[in-house]
Amino acid sequence: MSLKAFHIVFVAASVMLCLVLGAWAYGRYQQAGIVADLGWSIGSFAAAVGLIGYGWYFLRKLKNISYL
Amino acid sequence: MEIPYTYKPRPDTGLYNAKVGIWLFLASEIMLFGALFSSYILLRVQSPEGLWPIVEGGWPSGLLNIPIGTFNTAVLITSSVTVVLAWAALKMNNFAAFRRYMVVTLVCAFGFLGIKSFEYNEKFTHYELRMTDGSAHTGHLEVNGKHPGFWDFGAIYNLERLQSESVTEVKFTFDPPKPKPGEKQEAHAHETKTIAVGDIAKLRTFTPSTHTFFGIYFVITALHGLHVLGGALVLGYFAFPGASMWKSNPEQFTNRIEVAGLFWHFVDLVWIFLFPVVYLL
Repeated sequence: MSLKAFHIVFVAASVMLCLVLGAWAYGRYQQAGIVADLGWSIGSFAAAVGLIGYGWYFLRKLKNISYL
Repeated sequence: MEIPYTYKPRPDTGLYNAKVGIWLFLASEIMLFGALFSSYILLRVQSPEGLWPIVEGGWPSGLLNIPIGTFNTAVLITSSVTVVLAWAALKMNNFAAFRRYMVVTLVCAFGFLGIKSFEYNEKFTHYELRMTDGSAHTGHLEVNGKHPGFWDFGAIYNLERLQSESVTEVKFTFDPPKPKPGEKQEAHAHETKTIAVGDIAKLRTFTPSTHTFFGIYFVITALHGLHVLGGALVLGYFAFPGASMWKSNPEQFTNRIEVAGLFWHFVDLVWIFLFPVVYLL
């Protein structure tokens, strides 16, 4: 597996982490009502979207490099 | 004698030798970290219900600084992006861009370690306090007007030391109480009280011996930190003194960066799993 393929795995794991963190922060907001937790949750979901966009850009930029 | 298959693929594996080597090494690393993760999960699920320190064997959830941990996670994700862009820059024959991305990677690596040492400091200056009336608290200690600190190990206190130094009272700043499930968080100021040493049953800092959680937390994060330090040193070597190979053998140099990048990604991936398990669970 090349660095290109491993990087895609890494970006996918990072997106999952951002989604988990976003859901966790939203749960905390619902429980304790702290507005900062809501901002944290929105920020985490936005980071997940940003990482998906970056992954798309990365695949296009390195389309000539092997996955092996 | 020339070392074979440093950049040409070996016919039987289809890969250059260093790539096979790094994946074998990473397989052993997965077993190492996997054993530690399994230990953590088993200890976590077998701990009694309730929060430490009120329940003595309970789990101390919420004692780690989650905003700082989140920031450190973002720092490591950024470093993985820049290391792969550095490798891509070499593939596109752009050495100047390679060096720029490597410098950003190194800044992120040492930034991560700096922030982690700040977190360690926070733990070594945080105290568990048990009173003779059975109540248990966490917070920060002040002895004779001084806050014992991480960089001065001689200033870390326990009950025996307070007694041997004939200290009669200390100031203790209590952590704000945690809201119960479904309860709104109230704004709590940190309350500081003067406590007679005779009323203290137990006093100790958040060190590995204090609780199973701190034992495994320090082992996993310190081992991960050593991996970050090792990876940063290798990347620093390739960014500066080792970069002379780019002129003599650019293909082999590019492969070296790929191998170092694979290790760096593994280290960052460990943190991606470590952060939610240790900080959020």
